[in-house]
Amino acid sequence: MSARRFWVFIEQEHGEVHPVSWELLGIARSLASQVAQEAEAANEEVKVEGILLGHQVRSIAEKAIGYGADRVYLMDDAVLADYRNCPYYVDIVALATKYQPEVMLIGATTLGRDLAGAVATALGTGLTADCTKLEMGEVKGAKQKLLLATRPAFGGNIMATIVCRTHRPQMSSVRPRVFSAPIYDPQAKGEIIEESVEITEAEARACILEFLHAKEYAVDIEYSNVIVAGGRGLGGPTGFDLLKQLADALGGVVGASRPCVDAGWIGYAHQVGQTGKTVRPKVYVAAGISGALQHKVGMQNADFIIAINTDPQAPIFEVADVGIVGDLFEVIPVMIDEIHARKETRV
Amino acid sequence: MFHALVAIKQVPDTTNIRIDPETGNLVREGVPAIMNPYDAHALAAAVEWKRKLDGRVTVISMGPPSFTTTIREAVELGADRGILVSDRKFAGADTLATSYVLAEVIKAIHKEDPIDLCFFGKQAIDGDTAQVGPGVAVRLDFPIVTYAIGLRTIDLDNETVIVERKTEQWTEVVETSLPALLTCEKEIAEIPFASLPDLIKALRYDPEIWTLEGPIAFDANHIGVRGSATIVYQMGTPPLPEAGEKINTRETSVVEAIDFTLRKAEEAGVLGAMLGSDR
Ligand SMILES: Cc1cc2nc3c(=O)[nH]c(=O)nc-3n(C[C@H](O)[C@H](O)[C@H](O)COP(=O)(O)OP(=O)(O)OC[C@H]3O[C@@H](n4cnc5c(N)ncnc54)[C@H](O)[C@@H]3O)c2cc1C
Ligand SMILES: Nc1ncnc2c1ncn2[C@@H]1O[C@H](COP(=O)(O)O)[C@@H](O)[C@H]1O
Repeated sequence: MSARRFWVFIEQEHGEVHPVSWELLGIARSLASQVAQEAEAANEEVKVEGILLGHQVRSIAEKAIGYGADRVYLMDDAVLADYRNCPYYVDIVALATKYQPEVMLIGATTLGRDLAGAVATALGTGLTADCTKLEMGEVKGAKQKLLLATRPAFGGNIMATIVCRTHRPQMSSVRPRVFSAPIYDPQAKGEIIEESVEITEAEARACILEFLHAKEYAVDIEYSNVIVAGGRGLGGPTGFDLLKQLADALGGVVGASRPCVDAGWIGYAHQVGQTGKTVRPKVYVAAGISGALQHKVGMQNADFIIAINTDPQAPIFEVADVGIVGDLFEVIPVMIDEIHARKETRV
Repeated sequence: MFHALVAIKQVPDTTNIRIDPETGNLVREGVPAIMNPYDAHALAAAVEWKRKLDGRVTVISMGPPSFTTTIREAVELGADRGILVSDRKFAGADTLATSYVLAEVIKAIHKEDPIDLCFFGKQAIDGDTAQVGPGVAVRLDFPIVTYAIGLRTIDLDNETVIVERKTEQWTEVVETSLPALLTCEKEIAEIPFASLPDLIKALRYDPEIWTLEGPIAFDANHIGVRGSATIVYQMGTPPLPEAGEKINTRETSVVEAIDFTLRKAEEAGVLGAMLGSDR
């Protein structure tokens, strides 16, 4: 029986999995279920499969099964210990040529972007970057459902749905936090298929001499539960000191709009939006941020949005659950005090 | 002698983009066209190394005839030769077809005048795909280093280059063989002021225009719409989110506004996250 394979690249570095991998397994499962009927009628199987490259990473393959992979192709070799473009893309291309997946999803992380463009070109297929919605849908003239990959265009003003009609696999990259991760099931069953590696160290073409500054980049705003973000309304870099106090009180991290980053008030790692990070926290506080489309596309999936802005017409209020029309320099100190007070009464 | 190639794209200056408040669409008229900022930094790095190693810089661009202004600008900044690949049949290209055309052009240049290093931008700010650089590298079979923030050494005798690249977690110092392709972050080099001789040169400079007619041949199946694997199937406007409730501190008070906010947070089930009690 032939199979329709939905592939997810499981991204790991130095043994640490990027959570976007699990998010992609979740959406891949949902895509697979959308073709289940069609496949059954054609007597085909539908599989969600992970591809995992690295060194001594078998335990990650097992985890991927818990997140929904029916099967994981594992390439475990010293040549794959550190991510490098050439060995990774050549090995994935070999794997895809062997198994002919229908869909391949890769996280739109720095690593994933480096990889995806190379894999797609080598396979001579189409790749849609930074998708925010994926579904399998009927397209006129196509025998089977195709991947409908939707992404914002023109700074979020328009949503464009892209299809890849004849080339396979249909590839998409997806940013972290666009989809939520499925629930981990320790009982889930699946198989791990070990595959041999094509490339030797001599053919790897790049040698990583050292890793620098690992600690400095450690602001992980994508996966924080609470983000307190500031915009030009902060008036200058010192405004972020106040935000930091609120973030500390809430156990969260500080985010920023692009002009603050461009002006050097805070580092790029904090930027939220189209050219920054996509976030999906439980609580997002937007202080002194007007709510331009390019900012909103990065944060509108937060569960609960609190906006503080002096301008009652600010577009940020269109996405806020609670909009406080007021001066952030008056509102935030009171908020900090109130949070501390409530925490004390709770314990 | 060092030979660098830089791929540059002209893009609308999206930092000045206006949005039509009536239709919510992008207003394209009057939006100035600029050299993609990352490409400008990539070019600056190429020119910096051309001066250090006594070499030359060739720039290429694929696009409509109006892109010649950007090529002239590249000459102002120190490029020695500029080629615009322009033909109606190239239009509608996705990244697969774009990387094909650019790679064919680079191969042709490389054959007559070997290239040591190709410089691309990290991404073009109009589409933000960051796919063309890796695609071209694959087609040329050159090693690639993406997100380059610094070039430590270019060793032409041993044909190696040492590059610093920035990832989400750290900076990697990578050594790779030449010829190679880099995609560059802004940190790779500061954009210099144009020198007077280069300004004068640019005034008189006419970029070479390469078309489907020549000087090199392209496979019609790999260009433009026909060579593209993806098509835009539908366009729509994003759904409008529901607005929540507003409270004005001037009409009530700051304390009341905070109280209201926390009450709403509790109703939404996120107060625990704020008070650190559900972690
Ligand atoms: C291609 C492209 C990509 C972009 N990518 C991003 C991106 O990734 N992320 C991003 O954020 N932007 C991005 N932008 C920029 C975006 O269009 C906006 O310019 C930006 O988000 C505005 O930032 P802001 O809200 O901080 O500033 P402003 O728009 O200037 O808003 C400041 C707000 O602060 C309010 N304010 C002032 N003082 C106070 C006070 N004391 N208390 C309370 N409120 C006050 C004002 O009423 C105003 O609403 C991008 C733009 C383009 C063209
Ligand atoms: N039409 C083009 N002409 C020349 N270079 C291009 C073109 N399109 C993309 N590039 C190069 O590829 C890089 C990445 O573009 P993109 O993949 O579109 O984000 C750009 O920074 C340019 O260096």
